[in-house]
Amino acid sequence: MAAAQCAAAHGVDVALLDEQERPGGQIYRSVDDSPLPDPTLLGSDYLYGRQQVADFRNADIDYFSGATVWNLDRNREVSVLVDGKSRGLGADRIVIAAGAQERPMPVPGWQLPGVMTAGAGQILLKSAAMIPPDDVVLAGSGPLLLLLASQYLKAGVGIQAILDTTPRSNRPGAARHLIRALESVSYLAKGMGLIASIRRSRVPVYKEVTALNAHGDEVLEAVRFNSRGRDHELPTGTLMLHIGVIPQLHLAMVVDCEIRWDEAQSCWRPGLDQWLCSTVPGIGIAGDGAGIVGAQASQLQGQLAGLQCVYELGALNRDQRDLKAVAIRKSLDKHLAIRPFLDSIYRPSPEFLTPVDDTMVCRCEEVSAGEIREIARLGCQGPNQAKAFSRCGMGPCQGRQCGSTVAALIAEVQGRKISDVGYYRVRPPIRPITLGQMGNLEK
Amino acid sequence: MFKTLTTVRRNLIRFTLDGQFHQVPAGISVAAALLTAARVSRRSVVSGRARGPYCMMGTCFDCLVCIDGEPNQQACMVTLREGMKIETQPGIRDLDTGTTADMD
Amino acid sequence: MDYDIAVIGGGLVGSSIAYGLSKKGRRVALLDEGDRAFRASRGNFGLIWVQGKGWDFPAYAKWTDEAAGLWPAFDSELQESTGVELGYTRPGGMEFCFDERGWNDLNDCMARVRTNSDGAFEYEMLEHAELRKRIPEVSSAVIGASYSPRDGHVNPLYLLRALHQRLDARRVDYLPNRHVDSIECLHGGFELRTNDERLAAGRVVLCAGIDNVRLGKLLGLNIPVRPNRGQLLITERVQHFLNYPTLHVRQTREGSLQIGDSQEDAGRDDGTTTEVMNRLASRAVSIFPMLKTVRVVRAWAALRVMTPDGKPVYQQSSDCQGAFGIACHSGVTLAAIHAGPVADWVAGGNPHPLIARFHPDRFDV
Repeated sequence: MAAAQCAAAHGVDVALLDEQERPGGQIYRSVDDSPLPDPTLLGSDYLYGRQQVADFRNADIDYFSGATVWNLDRNREVSVLVDGKSRGLGADRIVIAAGAQERPMPVPGWQLPGVMTAGAGQILLKSAAMIPPDDVVLAGSGPLLLLLASQYLKAGVGIQAILDTTPRSNRPGAARHLIRALESVSYLAKGMGLIASIRRSRVPVYKEVTALNAHGDEVLEAVRFNSRGRDHELPTGTLMLHIGVIPQLHLAMVVDCEIRWDEAQSCWRPGLDQWLCSTVPGIGIAGDGAGIVGAQASQLQGQLAGLQCVYELGALNRDQRDLKAVAIRKSLDKHLAIRPFLDSIYRPSPEFLTPVDDTMVCRCEEVSAGEIREIARLGCQGPNQAKAFSRCGMGPCQGRQCGSTVAALIAEVQGRKISDVGYYRVRPPIRPITLGQMGNLEK
Repeated sequence: MFKTLTTVRRNLIRFTLDGQFHQVPAGISVAAALLTAARVSRRSVVSGRARGPYCMMGTCFDCLVCIDGEPNQQACMVTLREGMKIETQPGIRDLDTGTTADMD
Repeated sequence: MDYDIAVIGGGLVGSSIAYGLSKKGRRVALLDEGDRAFRASRGNFGLIWVQGKGWDFPAYAKWTDEAAGLWPAFDSELQESTGVELGYTRPGGMEFCFDERGWNDLNDCMARVRTNSDGAFEYEMLEHAELRKRIPEVSSAVIGASYSPRDGHVNPLYLLRALHQRLDARRVDYLPNRHVDSIECLHGGFELRTNDERLAAGRVVLCAGIDNVRLGKLLGLNIPVRPNRGQLLITERVQHFLNYPTLHVRQTREGSLQIGDSQEDAGRDDGTTTEVMNRLASRAVSIFPMLKTVRVVRAWAALRVMTPDGKPVYQQSSDCQGAFGIACHSGVTLAAIHAGPVADWVAGGNPHPLIARFHPDRFDV
């Protein structure tokens, strides 16, 4: 939204293609049409989105909602489904703002009905005012898990337990970044507030959780885990998992932007310059889809990317662009100050990056971690070969849920770095479309 | 099952899930509607085991259902409409008429 | 000597040859590139195709037919020893035609192949009504098809996996992520320089696809191959309906449909294009109208290893004793014969009588 508004404000002709039905992305999902009688339970950060969306709707932007982009090429031709028909749209400049997705948290049994992501819980709450049954268990690590817990408590959900998988070993590394994090006092205060409210609620919180697995015959029936040396089992039909978010990269990958491994965030992200330009001319990438930075920083990056487009299209000269960017960058720095601390305190445990053998790594094709390790032992060099040998990554999700895990497993078995092992070659369509749509046969 | 908090006054709309009638407030996705009544959206094409909605944002493809005879729709990406006929996707999709078939 | 034989190229051709060599007890190294190499094998359609081949080249008709005939035993051997289900079947295959001219061309082609194979090649020309009996879903746009019971199909990726498992079991040294920088002919053998390593082998076999051009020059081998891009579409799994592989549409064992193909001169660009995806999709729907609502899960492109006449090249170097060059675009169809007679020849045995017919000096006419 921010990139589009910035460009539109400078007189540039802008179209925004949104796969959702309403603006707001995932963070501000349904913010301008909330089904909740009291959306304040979602917190002030969420409500901030209302103004954003309102401003966006007032701007002179061609907004396509429910639009599924299925291809992008280096000539900046976009193939998109609008109202079920495929169209080609060309542009002089593209900004990709594909946002984030939940980091896959593979544990044995995670494919059972009843196991969902914390993000799914938030979407249900925001867009449908729905809450889980009172035996819900939340498991994982990270601020969004705490946020969900606090929202659920306000909504009256009887959370059975919170299983905190944050490794104790993260603390020394994180402490190094604490000084810088203090620049973002408001973020820290919010975090502390969430933690405090959870403590007050008396919801049992298990710490240093390991050996997490989900059990059930047809659907989820129980969660088993170890916490500080003791084994536990909790009966439940709903488990919400979360170990952070990672950039959604399919659009950047299909156009062959340079992608780099970010060790601090344990994720792949596009290589960008200081104006958020990718290695493909005319294509910029902003927001969580460029690397996890959070909502506020995403908006600021959007503005930067928008400014860069305006400059490249000749509606601003260099000095004007640079001048406008000064305040944006200053604000951005403040919002980014908390990141190193968050990234290191909530670094995911290896248990979820390289899960045990009987974990289903590829949910679509049901390929286990054990099978991937076996293929890695055969000498398979990377996820593409692994995919060829096992079908892992060949399902409709196109590697979104398994890509990082497969690379991590190969790296583990072969003693290599993940950055060396690589990621799936992404091909169009980046979302499945019908033969009729691809053949332009839809009337 | 998931419960709906008292919502801002919205009309209720009806849909069927595997032949059973249900009613939910308007404006929610098919996946959300399904979760008020059930846990299973599809059966795996690989093993036949049950799956349910997982990510609710279009990245996992576990919420595939058959909507009004059209198989393999991502329920979380479709807004529920009055009278929609939802069926769990029983595995591999049928071809001829788009109606669901039993898995061998 | 580190190895008896170094095979360069870990795709279907190299892996089949290496497998055959390992069965003869040779110490073999299989050098391969990394995860992101061109890998023609990954774009293979999976056909074990006899019909139409060699209409203008009798030796190729015979070679292909013999290769297809070796497949059943090859499949059993691989399946039994690895447990990998290759999905090999031989129900016969079809090529569709859409007009009178297409029919006549195909008919003519089939007749020539029969002549060139001394009558061994079997086929039928099926008119629309007859075709509908075997494939009821086909539309009226398809006026007929050529059918040959000699054709089959297999999962090419699982074939490669099974081969690699066998190589591992037979202690072939699989050396991936190796770019071969130079090869020197020394007395009695070869020294290969890859990355920072040196490797000595008594014989060298080039199965490196389009990189054979560069490597061949180092060894007095003329392997004039060029990349030829083929694109294809892969759909979600659907109920089984297509019992025969066809040249342009094939249903895999899992149920997904493969839809091909294109033949493009795109240099080393292995990307997909909207125009071709569009064309492949609309042609598939014109052949099978009920596929209109079936979803494409991915498109794919790979660079075929194309010789000037499209037939394989098998060459033994006269300048450098013990150096061999092999190139073809039908790594699946020829897999069994590569693992058998061709590996024998590379190992020093008597060459199969047809091998000499594929020497690249045939291009110097």
